[in-house]
Amino acid sequence: MLTILALGTDALAYAMALFIVCVGLSVTLGLMRIANLAHGAFAMIGGYAASHLTTDAGFGFLPALLVAILVTVAAALPIERFLYRRIYGAPQLTQVLMTIGMTFVIVGTVNFVFGPTLKSIVLPELLSGPVDIGFRSIAGHKLLAIGCGAVVALGLWVLFNHTRLGLCLRATVADAQMTGHLGVHTASINAVGFVLGVGLAALGGVVGAQLMPVEPYYALRYLMTFLVVVSMGGAGSIGGTLAACLLLATLSTFTQYMFPDFGDLFLYLAVILVVVAMPRGLLGWRRA
Amino acid sequence: MKRFLAAALAVAVLCGSALAGTVKVGVIGPFSGPFALAGKNFKAGIDAYMALNGASVDGNDVEIVYRDLPQPDPAKSAALAQELVVKQGVQYLAGFYFTPNAMAAAALTEPGNVPMVIFNAATSSIVEKSPFVVRTSFTMWQNTLPMTKVAFERGMRRVATVVSDYGPGIDAENAFRTGFAQQGGAVVDSVRLPLSTTDFSAIMQRIKDSGADAVFAFLPSGPPTLGFVRASEENGLKAAGVTLLATGDLTQEPDLAAYGDSALGLLTTYHYSIAHDSPENLAFVAAGRAAIGNPGDLTFPAVGAFDGMHVIYAMIAATGGQKNASVAVDAVRGMAWTSPRGPVSIDPATRHITQNVYLREVAKAADGTYYNREIETFAQQGDPGLMAQ
Repeated sequence: MLTILALGTDALAYAMALFIVCVGLSVTLGLMRIANLAHGAFAMIGGYAASHLTTDAGFGFLPALLVAILVTVAAALPIERFLYRRIYGAPQLTQVLMTIGMTFVIVGTVNFVFGPTLKSIVLPELLSGPVDIGFRSIAGHKLLAIGCGAVVALGLWVLFNHTRLGLCLRATVADAQMTGHLGVHTASINAVGFVLGVGLAALGGVVGAQLMPVEPYYALRYLMTFLVVVSMGGAGSIGGTLAACLLLATLSTFTQYMFPDFGDLFLYLAVILVVVAMPRGLLGWRRA
Repeated sequence: MKRFLAAALAVAVLCGSALAGTVKVGVIGPFSGPFALAGKNFKAGIDAYMALNGASVDGNDVEIVYRDLPQPDPAKSAALAQELVVKQGVQYLAGFYFTPNAMAAAALTEPGNVPMVIFNAATSSIVEKSPFVVRTSFTMWQNTLPMTKVAFERGMRRVATVVSDYGPGIDAENAFRTGFAQQGGAVVDSVRLPLSTTDFSAIMQRIKDSGADAVFAFLPSGPPTLGFVRASEENGLKAAGVTLLATGDLTQEPDLAAYGDSALGLLTTYHYSIAHDSPENLAFVAAGRAAIGNPGDLTFPAVGAFDGMHVIYAMIAATGGQKNASVAVDAVRGMAWTSPRGPVSIDPATRHITQNVYLREVAKAADGTYYNREIETFAQQGDPGLMAQ
């Protein structure tokens, strides 16, 4: 029983770290209809920025986290203005080609600037050490990931369902032309959605760095996982993304405990099953 | 294709003599990607050797040609080795961090008439792939067997093993199982993990539940080892009464700062510590640190490369700068010298390095840095892995 509880908390931490990154991708894909394969690259920029700030520039973790998100968004804004705006509504092949190409450019640039080695983000004592939570000791950064994930999930739910901005976002997705006629500046709304997605990517890249280490091929190494989560969760669905993250993380943690030799076999089996049985995503039936 | 290859190699062989005056050495290693630190150390070891011993042997200038191979990729390794031999006209192949890459390139040494000096890859059987392979690093068996003695002497009887699921990992697991059974202990659980694993929490839980009083671990230095040692601390392995034992791959010097005090006292067996106390090592570390840039980055692959260059220089001297793999390899069989790691020799039969293996513990120096303190010496260990087969 203790074992299940212990593994459960590990799975929850991994799920939340994954969720923060993936929900950003889900937002851009679902709300803006952009197959943004460069999403992992934005998470990577965040991670590298935070690593540089904490190790070389002497920043504390929290200021580094905030600056890293700002830096990533600042880097993404011109990219949105000059590249992404050309491919809104373009065929998906065009989007995929452009964003995967951008991923390679970002990976190359980051490696050129920061060097091709594993980067670590310096954590304060509170986050790096083990914390006793009664039935086990757990790393502080995992608790941080769980907390951030919960805040992000709640925040997005409120944003989309209970604010005017959320209303505009959803309206723009449903019918951009009509929304425009109603006096909403849809280009800005798209930019806001994009910035939201990129900011979440950067947040996830930094907070999840202890579970998904910041390394030279981060953007490509985890891209598969991110896409799997979004396809299982259903694009644009916050609840679906959360459910997919929880399912994948639980499966991966428990199968690693029981059958470590099999690697990710069970994970991919589960993905195939879900995609075949529920092609609209885990919670897709609700929106059908 | 095969005929073309043979013809191409033949041309390369003929060209060898035309290049007298300059001897090219092709070095394949991970110079970018997650394992770039190892590549940096290869280069630092080579640079240090050439700084201390000059860049020519008996009038033959030595030129190093680097090729980057970031991960285990046998097909690419063979392609790079072929390009080096055929197009660049190298007389020696060297480097190789990963076993699969070394295995793939070893197949080209006989048709290409080039000796191959392995700076790192540690699976026992590589030396059997070709009579022209010489190794100056270590094998998993060599470094693991002494740990079984240490574990038993310190009263551990039930041990779990955790290794990465590839050649050296399986060697390490087999070595530990065999050695520990001979000592009279029992291996209660053996886990093989995919190389890509970065989160080890579930494995730590499994070890705690297995009832072992120690866990022996081997993973290749890099992202996995950092994650593993951290996870062992975060999940309270020590508090649960499980001692972590490992090969020195888990405590390579550049990672020690990231572990901090939590790794103090961690026991490892290995062939080399930067802190080895000898005049040869002092000279090597000074030259290596100057070459690598960031002094904290210097670690074990550099000494493999340093000694590898020593072997290659001896080969160049024996062949007078001409291309002749069998003369070159025969010249270094039985060769003995004092390496920065201690007294070493090339075993005439296996062409693998015979060396001391040390038991070390992670310790803190007066200036606050961490190092591997050698506390016991297992003198002149050969490669038990080849004998075990």
